[in-house]
Amino acid sequence: MALRALAARKSLAGSGFQRILGARGLQTFSLPDLPYDYGALEPAISAEIMQLHHQKHHQAYITNYNKALEQLDAAIAKGDASAVVKLQSAIKFNGGGHVNHSIFWNNLSPVKEGGGEPPHSSLGWAIDQSFGSFDALITKMNAEGAGLQGSGWVWLALDKELKKVVVETTANQDPLVTKGASLVPLLGIDVWEHAYYLQYKNVRPDYLKNIWKVINWKYASQVYEKESA
Amino acid sequence: MVILAVLAAATTPPPFAAPNSLTSALGPPWKGLTGSLGSPSSLQWLKKQRQCKRKAGTSSICAKFELKPPPYPLDALEPHMSKETLEYHWGKHHRGYVDNLNKQIEGTELDELSLEDIILATHNNGDLLPPFNNAAQIWNHDFFWESMKPGGGGRPSGELLELINRDFGSFERFIDDIRLAAATQFGSGWAWLAYKANRLDVENAVNPNPTDEDKRLVVVKSPNAVNPLIWDYSPLLTIDVWEHAYYLDVQNRRADYITFFLEKLVSWEAVSSRLEIAKARAVEREEEEERRKREEEEKSSDGEVAEIYVDNKSDDSEAE
Repeated sequence: MALRALAARKSLAGSGFQRILGARGLQTFSLPDLPYDYGALEPAISAEIMQLHHQKHHQAYITNYNKALEQLDAAIAKGDASAVVKLQSAIKFNGGGHVNHSIFWNNLSPVKEGGGEPPHSSLGWAIDQSFGSFDALITKMNAEGAGLQGSGWVWLALDKELKKVVVETTANQDPLVTKGASLVPLLGIDVWEHAYYLQYKNVRPDYLKNIWKVINWKYASQVYEKESA
Repeated sequence: MVILAVLAAATTPPPFAAPNSLTSALGPPWKGLTGSLGSPSSLQWLKKQRQCKRKAGTSSICAKFELKPPPYPLDALEPHMSKETLEYHWGKHHRGYVDNLNKQIEGTELDELSLEDIILATHNNGDLLPPFNNAAQIWNHDFFWESMKPGGGGRPSGELLELINRDFGSFERFIDDIRLAAATQFGSGWAWLAYKANRLDVENAVNPNPTDEDKRLVVVKSPNAVNPLIWDYSPLLTIDVWEHAYYLDVQNRRADYITFFLEKLVSWEAVSSRLEIAKARAVEREEEEERRKREEEEKSSDGEVAEIYVDNKSDDSEAE
């Protein structure tokens, strides 16, 4: 999707020196477009928040992820084991930031395009099985999200091993996979302050209450159906 | 005469032995809470004792923790830190930590502890207990407000500057270090300048070859509510890098906020006076440890001497 070859970009930029980064060339990442306008989620999430969140925060994760990947590539080429290990935290943070936000944008949808409409498909049934009801899931995710100390994410996930949907939280930009290899993210809610502060200030619970009005359950259902088949 | 006295001491246990071993077996009353993280006296320098009022009967009622205002009006840091930011940061976030902690500790054994002791007790060797975040965030914010002043910034002077030059190479290098720490703290957290006294980072370990160079300034960062008290460092300065500290003023531009803090807001006077206290505390602790070591040596050498005399009893008798 948002891939392109760094080597190609370098030569296009006219450096005249094409770096061979790894056998197949190093793939770097670029900012994916949002599937809706910045203002399309109002009043639940303001245009200002969406724009900063997408253009500044997500972009910064991508920029720093690409930087770390280039450094990683160089370290591997040199056989510098300690440099490879040292880069892991920057890769997890910035790579996680890119992965998480890419999912997050798909998890949101304007009301007029079906945002907030609860799932009626097999995902709806799975939610009832695991949590008792759709409302119980929302209550649980709101509580987990409000209680999360500092920055992080609250997730609805499919556990492919247990074959059920579960709620998880991750700290900072840790991607969901850090909580278990069998977990597939269906829905991630960003509870970093940058996701809501300009609009909701210190009242994270209000942000959590309102975000359900623009959750794209169609997307979550599609992922669920594909992954649980 | 002397020999006889020592022999007597060797055969009959000294009168202090029994109570002594009893108390060490039980441990001091705070032991269960703070573990090996530090003796209560080691925290005395920064301890803000709460006033406990004794009611009739044996139970004492502790005053609740109170929200301490910054040492300047909320608009005093403008334009570098807005009144609106302070209204939320102090008036909502800081207040929230105070209110929540008071609720959490009411009626528990933490109720009578100082804020610092609650932090150490609930840090629980990294396995955080629920009140930790609120307690540490109260401490961090009190410390943060006092790290700034209207018309701050500039350069430190005197001994603080000397130590900065010694331990970082130059003031500019120090600024680079703390700026980097603040910029690269992943997620919410804090960047610190701290005075690291002559201690090893290993529990209960004693530095076998202490030198004055061991006592130095360090820059560290910490996630979420964690602060250097739990590493037994003395904090001198902190920058809050939770997004709520700067988002209303500069949004995602954390680097700009760090620059404002270091160039326009930091109170080097506060840092200098904290350094004085930290140094005095380190000396006090060294003296205390020396005294404890001497006492232990005296105690054990008493025993050894007695044994030697016991072993050589026959020789001694002959000599007599």
